[in-house]
Amino acid sequence: MGKKLHVTTTINGEQVEFLCEARQSLLEVLRDVLGLTGAKEGCNNGNCGACTVLFDGLPVDSCLVLGVEAEGATIQTVEGIACDGRLHPLQQCFLEGAALQCGVCTPGFLVAAKALLDKHPHATEEQIRFELSGNLCRCTGYDKIVRAVMEAAKEMTHA
Amino acid sequence: MKSPLRKNKSKRLPSKANRRSVRRAAQAARRSTNGRTNGRAKVPKFKVLGTRPIRHDGADKVTGRAIYTADVKLAGLIHASMVRSPHAHARIVSIDTSAAEKYPGVLAVVTGKDFPNVADKIAELGEGAVNLAHLSANCMAKDKALYKGHAVAAVAAASALDAAEAAKLIQVQYEPLPAVTWVLDAMKEDAPLLHDDVYTDQMGKVGKKPSNVAKHLIFEIGDVKKGFASADLVIEREFKTQTVHQGYIEPHAAVALWNADGHLTIYSATQGAFTCRQQTAEVLQVPVSQVTVIPCEIGGGFGGKISIYLEPVAAMLSKKSGRPVKMTMTRQEVFEGTGPTPASFMRVKLGAKKNGKLVAGEAWLAYDAGAYPGGVIGPGCMCVFSCYDLPNARVDGFDVCVNKPQTKAYRAPGATHAAFACETIIDELAEALKMDPIDFRLKNAAKEGTRRVDGPVYPRIGLVETLQAAKNTPHYKSKLTGKNRGRGVACGFWFNIGLKSSASASVEPDGTVALVEGSTDIGGTRTSVAMQLAETLGIPAEDVHPKVGDTDSIGYTDVTGGSRVTFATGLAAYQCGLDIIRQMSERAAMLWDCKPQQVKFDAGVFRNGRKSITFKELAAKLPETGGGIIGRATVDPQGATNGFGAHIADVEVDPETGKVTILRYTAVQDAGKAVHPSYVEGQMQGGATQGIGWALNEEYFYNDQGRMTNASFLDYRMPTALDVPMIETVIVEVPNPAHPYGVRGVGETPIVSPPATIASAIYHAAGVRMRELPMAPYKVCKAMMEKASM
Repeated sequence: MGKKLHVTTTINGEQVEFLCEARQSLLEVLRDVLGLTGAKEGCNNGNCGACTVLFDGLPVDSCLVLGVEAEGATIQTVEGIACDGRLHPLQQCFLEGAALQCGVCTPGFLVAAKALLDKHPHATEEQIRFELSGNLCRCTGYDKIVRAVMEAAKEMTHA
Repeated sequence: MKSPLRKNKSKRLPSKANRRSVRRAAQAARRSTNGRTNGRAKVPKFKVLGTRPIRHDGADKVTGRAIYTADVKLAGLIHASMVRSPHAHARIVSIDTSAAEKYPGVLAVVTGKDFPNVADKIAELGEGAVNLAHLSANCMAKDKALYKGHAVAAVAAASALDAAEAAKLIQVQYEPLPAVTWVLDAMKEDAPLLHDDVYTDQMGKVGKKPSNVAKHLIFEIGDVKKGFASADLVIEREFKTQTVHQGYIEPHAAVALWNADGHLTIYSATQGAFTCRQQTAEVLQVPVSQVTVIPCEIGGGFGGKISIYLEPVAAMLSKKSGRPVKMTMTRQEVFEGTGPTPASFMRVKLGAKKNGKLVAGEAWLAYDAGAYPGGVIGPGCMCVFSCYDLPNARVDGFDVCVNKPQTKAYRAPGATHAAFACETIIDELAEALKMDPIDFRLKNAAKEGTRRVDGPVYPRIGLVETLQAAKNTPHYKSKLTGKNRGRGVACGFWFNIGLKSSASASVEPDGTVALVEGSTDIGGTRTSVAMQLAETLGIPAEDVHPKVGDTDSIGYTDVTGGSRVTFATGLAAYQCGLDIIRQMSERAAMLWDCKPQQVKFDAGVFRNGRKSITFKELAAKLPETGGGIIGRATVDPQGATNGFGAHIADVEVDPETGKVTILRYTAVQDAGKAVHPSYVEGQMQGGATQGIGWALNEEYFYNDQGRMTNASFLDYRMPTALDVPMIETVIVEVPNPAHPYGVRGVGETPIVSPPATIASAIYHAAGVRMRELPMAPYKVCKAMMEKASM
């Protein structure tokens, strides 16, 4: 076992301190050290997007980030998308639009979609498909996911 | 008195936001091009079925709280890593584990020697059978590694990283053997032999010499020779497909705790807790009563999570270490060490009269089984001509061992290959006869009373209605214009199965019902099953709280497979509802001092003459009339009846690169009764997209040493959101007479049509007939160049 390093970071709005080995990925830290198992491991090499988190506002595959790189950063995971006990419009639209089947890719899609709508509130279908192409879903064929994001965009800009 | 249903509803939806969300969902359903239903049969009115409630497990799944197997944490949990064969075929000479055992943090090591010898015995797993000796050897190799990625040893340590480091220290001495990976090569007389105890079984006649060909199936109907002699037009073609993977996003995972009292508890990403329990118990040679399997949320399966891989290994490591052990696969392990669907070689011949009537068919199908016999050739043979009324036909099928991972079910196992071949020839025949491809199919479509080549006679099926609906879609009626563009259509078929299911439900004092059922939920079946109980009891879907039980909390239930859950487990929920109504009628009789037979139940209300009491009101009186009520049912239904689909695709082929872009795609399918239309559409869209991936991109590349060279999601290219358009859906509803609500399975049929649909569209766009999958740019480009040089 390697020597552990001390890291101070902000996760879902709260300051968090943790110890991790230099070789541990941010995904491993989130899941194994901090118990935030919402981010999933689908490939561990940045090709499926199931582990997507926001790192200083940008969507990243947390399996490709080292835990120690979180020092001083602001991280948001799927667990932090709903606030004050209310679902985010994206989460609500995913449920209403049946945009999930097995649900294992859903956390990654929600985080990636949030990043997209934060930046482009009026995203088009084309833009949504492009920005979400780093997230694999094997169940839905993407139709209902893309529709749910379009619906959430509409709702968020009208609110 | 106000309707009790409305009263419940207003109570259930107090907030403005909630009301708005329900309204919006209903609007979305109306607006969307999806969800149009089309069927001639009269459909009874339902209150719950056909609506689109929010799935019961939804909130957990959008907040990251749902627990999948890799998320399970137990006190003292340790982690394990597998050692796998780097050779496609090798004798294992020796395994030295001493250095790994000394590695800091290591708590247990296992090899094949640690597992009991399992007799050569066939176990029925619900969807397919398995030879237990082969299953055991597939989980942990004994004397021979039969494919690259075959498990040969495992290490458990304090952390996953320590286990992976220690695994590298295990010294395995191999004697490499020649490998064979292509099905036709493996059938040759001089091919490297995988097993010295596998002999060709030709319809019960067993060969004398060991062979890679484990089975030769023959189906025959009518007089094939005469049939072809009477044909005006005969087309015969050869087809090839490559190995593809189910591609579920969640890698296999298992957590095992072999307790000090001898009881084994397993958390698993399995499609069936009971079959997982049975397989694990057999491989470990312990009674099933000594094993509890807790099915966790499962991140996709598509048939690939029926067989066990990690469970007995984690169990044995737990037994040795005295600690709970977690094993998860890497993506590479999933590709190389679990069961994909086979590569195949197919030669298919069809004959038709000038008037467009099919008269004869012949198919010669060879599917690889992977490392152990028992692939999906059987259903392939039964499916190849299943859409057509073919009076004379013969099918020969071969189950062939090759040095690749043992193939497993993948959504309509074996059917997609066969449909690619048959439907492509159907398209050619229609063109040669100058008939519209849907009209040609309608002229020959299987219907009630048609006999399939493998024997069964169809009950009421909906292929004709499905084809008519396809013809009437705005898509098919639209004109396709533009250069390098073409349209294709094709049919699809899947059997659907019934099998065993159990459900039990307790009535809560507030009038809601807690349902426990045994089917692991991969795509929203908790809700489709709960909705059937709600319909039966006349209560809202939201008033049923469904849970998937573990093997100690619910009666035997077969795997989630064969498109059976909404049909069979739904039937169990319906019967469970009837059981509740029977018991509650007794309570009402007690209150009214009458006989239970005098109490009638309809739409959520119990009545006797002018007396009435709602389900909810009576539920509140249960404590004072004898206590709680539990309904229960176990079923093993026949009559799942078959699912048929028809797909339409418009494509554009890049004349320079051969890249195929899907411009528009429509899936039409008979669902019997769409319980939750959104999830029926979801199955159709997801199945179609998997089929599109299979058609255009997905394949295992093998090098000449038999090693897969693209075992990652980067190089094994599954469709992304950018690769597909919206998938339009049309649900046809021809009720299944064998189910009280008319339900048929829907999950598998939609993967069957896409390769043939797209092949036809490519032909009409670029003038080249593609007879090999995938129709990747490199192949389409080559075909176009060959055509240009002709």
